Amino acid sequence: MLAAFAGCSPQETPAPAATATTGLACGKAQLRTLTAGKLTIGTDEPVYPPWFVDNKPENGQGFEGAVAQALATKLGYTAGEVAWVRVPFNNAIAPGPKTFDFDINEFSITEERKAAVDFSAPYYDVTQAVVALKNNKIGSATTLAQLKTAKLGAQVGTTSLKAITEVVQPTTQPSVYNNNDDAKAALQNGTIDGLVLDLPTAFFVTAAEIDNSAIIGQLPQPSGQPEQFGLVLDKGSTLTPCISQAVESLRADGTLKRLEDQWLAQVAGAPVLS
Amino acid sequence: MSTVLSCHEVRKAFGATVVLRDLSLDVAEHEVVVLIGASGSGKSTLLRCVNLLETVDDGTIHLDGADITDPRANADHVRQRIGIVFQAFNLFPHMTVLDNVTLAPRRVHRVPRPEAETRALALLERVGLAGKATEYPDRLSGGQQQRAAIVRALVNSPRLLLLDEVTSALDPELVGEVLALIRDLKDEGMTMLIATHEMGFARRVADRVCFLDAGVILEQGPPDQVLDAPSQPRTRQFLQRLATP
Amino acid sequence: MDHPSTGSPSALDGDPYRPSDLQLGRVAYRRRQTVRSVIVAAVSTLVLGLILAVAITGSPGWPRVQDSFLDPQVAAKSFVPVLRGLWLNIRLLFFCAIGALALGLTVAIGRTLRPALFFPLRALAALYTYVFRGAPLIVVLYLFAFGIPGLRLTGTPSVLVLGGCALVITYGAYLAEVFRAGIESVHPSQRAAARSLGLTYGQTMRHVVLPQALRRVAPPILNDLVALQKDVGLISLAGPIDAIRAAQIQTAGSFNFTPYVVAGALFVLLAAPLIAVTDWLTLRAARRQSSVGTA
Repeated sequence: MLAAFAGCSPQETPAPAATATTGLACGKAQLRTLTAGKLTIGTDEPVYPPWFVDNKPENGQGFEGAVAQALATKLGYTAGEVAWVRVPFNNAIAPGPKTFDFDINEFSITEERKAAVDFSAPYYDVTQAVVALKNNKIGSATTLAQLKTAKLGAQVGTTSLKAITEVVQPTTQPSVYNNNDDAKAALQNGTIDGLVLDLPTAFFVTAAEIDNSAIIGQLPQPSGQPEQFGLVLDKGSTLTPCISQAVESLRADGTLKRLEDQWLAQVAGAPVLS
Repeated sequence: MSTVLSCHEVRKAFGATVVLRDLSLDVAEHEVVVLIGASGSGKSTLLRCVNLLETVDDGTIHLDGADITDPRANADHVRQRIGIVFQAFNLFPHMTVLDNVTLAPRRVHRVPRPEAETRALALLERVGLAGKATEYPDRLSGGQQQRAAIVRALVNSPRLLLLDEVTSALDPELVGEVLALIRDLKDEGMTMLIATHEMGFARRVADRVCFLDAGVILEQGPPDQVLDAPSQPRTRQFLQRLATP
Repeated sequence: MDHPSTGSPSALDGDPYRPSDLQLGRVAYRRRQTVRSVIVAAVSTLVLGLILAVAITGSPGWPRVQDSFLDPQVAAKSFVPVLRGLWLNIRLLFFCAIGALALGLTVAIGRTLRPALFFPLRALAALYTYVFRGAPLIVVLYLFAFGIPGLRLTGTPSVLVLGGCALVITYGAYLAEVFRAGIESVHPSQRAAARSLGLTYGQTMRHVVLPQALRRVAPPILNDLVALQKDVGLISLAGPIDAIRAAQIQTAGSFNFTPYVVAGALFVLLAAPLIAVTDWLTLRAARRQSSVGTA
């Protein structure tokens, strides 16, 4: 039955995997992007610092904004040849045609998720941190055990939530919010004692957004392996090998480190809780 | 014979329309007064005012000498002494006939259920409806429903019974059984004030017939006089309109 | 019209009537027509079903959609978390339904009070139904679950209780209007007859008006409760994990949508009994509720 429809299938099988990075045909002319000659990048709406600035991904600012721009340049696209689209989370992971060539939005790479989408090589190692108001129940906590009886919260669908359930294992169920804005409001009005976020966002929140808040500490990695962010591509996309190659070369020539230092500089000095 | 009901210069208007215009009427004990008149002449309104379902705009109504239009009068107590039956929608459809009849004695007079039911069944028996006591109203014919409604109105032993066009919504062959019941009530001495279109019935049961027109009693007297030899031209007009099919 | 007898007059009820050949012919014809239309309906449904099945499963993207939405392993893994979340939905539905019904009925009775003395109460009740039927439930939830704790009053109840209150207040407004419609649909003569028997306003309400009103509006009320069952899950925006949220968490972990399908199926199963009860009640009410009076 499927054979009869294979002729109309828009899906292509992936290009044969070439292990030598120089052997891949990754020039702008050879990349089979959505629109020939243009690179379409997806991200969420809205997007937050320090990953993006002013909710305008096209300004190339913020860590992910800058990484995306560097990638586009590495692949040979000028600023005018890059288009940004906003993609809600569910649309990024749903089956069916994608509206982007790759999506950049703090997606963590896991084996389970690889069944549904393609990930590029990782571009950032991330840890989770706990933010609390300085004067509340856990404001001066120093160990994981002290967090067990706290009411913790995180945004839905993030590895922050997973960190709570797997690393802290609190006695009360964590509170789950649609987005970090709601979660921050809950922290401020005392409905939750602590908010778990990735470390860079935690620094931004305590420095610029919530008065009288502080990072209690970082959480150890849930499964022993470092958590890493990767770009999301359609499953079986022909672009995956080239995009991954481009990320690897950004890492090799120090661009990623330079951008980290530029945008995520304060991300140091938070103790790891145990 | 004492006066059970005394209406003195009763006035009632709905918005700009004056429905009862300084109407005066007395009903003596054991007397049956029948009100006739066109729609809108004020018959139903008068009955509703007597039963305190409407408040009068002016004038007084006395029941056994007590002023029931006084705002300080306890309306519920007054209504317990007057029974009223309407043209339709009398019985409560979600209760059996027996429950309909025993509702007031049990809830208002706090009569225990067995006693209330015995008395109710006796009354229903007298009108031949004892067999329908455990039925719901929708299983009764229109005539049976109206008779049950009359029994229910009597269960409090009221001083005065008001009947508002009780046969107007019935099929002709069912009218007779209701009228027969009212006739029996009259023979037992019940004081009644009846609004009706049935001239033949008025003739047989009324002690006095009152013709209402535009909110006043234009003419009143014994049935032979008012129905056969009316003195007012408008009365004649009204009766003629009824006579011609 | 005479029907000539066709057979011997032995009958069960003594009636010597036997149908004529003409009548038998008519009956047989109608029966054939009925059978034919049933067959046509069955066959056309089957054909349509087959066409849909073939079109869907034969489409190019089907295998991936099937994996994304109907993955048995993901379904099995997410079943218990979703079920645990559903328990929150059920508990909340129970308490919120009771609260909303009580509030709605009270407000409805308040709006139908006639005496001028009660004007402030009537006005307040009317204002309440206007405001909370107009206000989106999500907005009310945000105000209650985020705004009230923000006031930092001592003794502020948990987010679950606050969210429950938001649901009760919003749904109470809708139910109040349905109850009020029911109360006002009871014929005024019923109330008049009750008062005329000497029953007080309260007794009239309790024994005559409300029993009829409630039976009449049971179907639309239950309909609103089925809607409440789903809206109860919105409380998850304030932190608690309901069935849909649990499905969302599972989905995010696996990038697979099957948990939503699981949650949807459970919701339908949960609603089915309530819907069945609604239908049965509608039927029973229709039988009993025929109006009294005319022969």
